[in-house]
Amino acid sequence: MMMEIREKIIEKSMLLIALSSIGILALITFFIFEQGLPLIWKIGPKAFILGEKWIPSKGLFGIYPMIVSSFWVTLGALLLGIPLGLACTVFLSEWTPPAVGIVLRPAIHLLAAIPSVIYGFWGLVVFVPLIRNYLGGPGLSILSGSVILGFMILPTIISISEDSLKALPPSYKEGALALGATHWQTIWRVLIPAAKSGVVASVILGMGRAIGETMAMIMVLGNSVKMPASFLDPARTLTTNIGLEMGYASGDHRQALFATGVVLFIIIMLLNSLAIFLSRRRIG
Amino acid sequence: MIEKAMSNIEGQMTIEMHKNTESQAPNSKQTPIDRILNSKQRHFGRFAGFRYVGLWSSACFLVILLVLQLNVGCQRAKAGITVAGSTSVEPFAELLAEEFRFQHPDSHIYVQGGGSTAGIEAVRSHAANIGMSSRTLLPSEKDLYAVTIAKDAIAIIVNPRNPVEDLPLEQIRRVFSGKIKDWSELGGPHHQIVLVNREEGSGTRESFQKFLMGKEEISLDSIVQDSNGAIRQVVSSDPYAVGYISLGLVNAEVRALRISGIEPSLPNIENGKYTLVRPFLFVFDGEPKGEARSFLEFVLNQAGQRLLAQEGLVTVRKSSGP
Repeated sequence: MMMEIREKIIEKSMLLIALSSIGILALITFFIFEQGLPLIWKIGPKAFILGEKWIPSKGLFGIYPMIVSSFWVTLGALLLGIPLGLACTVFLSEWTPPAVGIVLRPAIHLLAAIPSVIYGFWGLVVFVPLIRNYLGGPGLSILSGSVILGFMILPTIISISEDSLKALPPSYKEGALALGATHWQTIWRVLIPAAKSGVVASVILGMGRAIGETMAMIMVLGNSVKMPASFLDPARTLTTNIGLEMGYASGDHRQALFATGVVLFIIIMLLNSLAIFLSRRRIG
Repeated sequence: MIEKAMSNIEGQMTIEMHKNTESQAPNSKQTPIDRILNSKQRHFGRFAGFRYVGLWSSACFLVILLVLQLNVGCQRAKAGITVAGSTSVEPFAELLAEEFRFQHPDSHIYVQGGGSTAGIEAVRSHAANIGMSSRTLLPSEKDLYAVTIAKDAIAIIVNPRNPVEDLPLEQIRRVFSGKIKDWSELGGPHHQIVLVNREEGSGTRESFQKFLMGKEEISLDSIVQDSNGAIRQVVSSDPYAVGYISLGLVNAEVRALRISGIEPSLPNIENGKYTLVRPFLFVFDGEPKGEARSFLEFVLNQAGQRLLAQEGLVTVRKSSGP
């Protein structure tokens, strides 16, 4: 009897803690929207989302260049991160001798543990001058941001897609090999397609991380508010806009930063739902 | 059954993946939230540990936060003043506070950055006792009590490898408004000018706008960095960059331009030849009292002003004697 009550108490307190985290999410959502929406209505959703000029001192709040920049930076990161991540995953799950895996796996997880400010600093000191000297432009650019982000999303892509590869029934691999497929054919034609939903989910999670990254991006993107014309131009993403100006902003400017947060929130929500949807559709 | 909470990897999003055998289960239509609420037994599955790790760590985190909060509360209650605001004034305020602490061992002064506007807001909301501002107060802020503690020049800086050493004021204005785009127009190498600018709301930027740009807008093409140090870092590594920072923070990695032949130096600032000068203000909500007052007095008296002069600022009070 005592045991049962104890169990109940533990269960309920766990439930309470779990609910509190959801409660915090609800609070954050409420606060962002409560602060940001009035400004969006004031200047009009179209002028806010499609406006091309961000000059807070003149009351111009257009975040279109930032939405576009966020898109390009993220796309660049995925172009680098997906092939690297997938290659790493396949190598880890299919070819790595156990002794190497013991070193390699923690090393990849360590990539996720490096604070983003370190990535940013490394990018600023090492990578930005390289781009400036060999490709031209100011160096602080979409390209440098994409490369840094490409590395930052690797651990997300690798660990989740490796889990989904490992989760496949061994019969898939055995069957393919028994039918005469080579090891590579088995991986490319059987295993990866079978684990597709997990791989897609890992990519979308990586994308979420890429869109949300702020600190490293403030350091290497250059933060120019102009619409970028090439990969070598400086740019400002939605998150860096908030991170950069938050300390100084007041009044409408501050609300405009919250409104930027609203747009970011909606984009992340859409991506997250897409990830859930894609990983389910595959099964159904 | 393969189900895994990925919160251990990113902590931001939790996505559940279902495969093979699980797919036929009726509850595959549930949302992740439903699943958390309904999955009593499943929590004891192979991967259930991850969820508890997440829960426990967040619980511990909350407790730690709470304890820290209490601690801070105690400190606040004990004594001490908070000085917050401009990142241009911050390094000097740190020095002053250090010296002040040395003279008054039981004083507690906390210096924070955040920016001029944030500092003034903080004074108004009583989050800080003293606000630091590197620009004059706006008309809407005139109800606050401001004391000029020193004057600082803004230097236009370029990379030491850049051959350009001297520019007329008008040319600098045209460079920053984006009308002159190439160093060759200014007698430098044939290469695009990289403008490095502070962000909206920065006191340094507002002073630069007011004293140098006038009605001209700073070009939107410019790179934006959020501190004096970051601008210096960018300019010191890019031979084609030009930016502006507080004169007190110019070091050997960058070179300050002469403006119309006038060197940004203390004598030229004092005799009024170098005009790109802005005040450093301490801002109070009403007449300063108690510890804030004694800190202000320390800053304005000989010792404080001599310290600021050593750091390259122009003092507001001529100090006499050793």
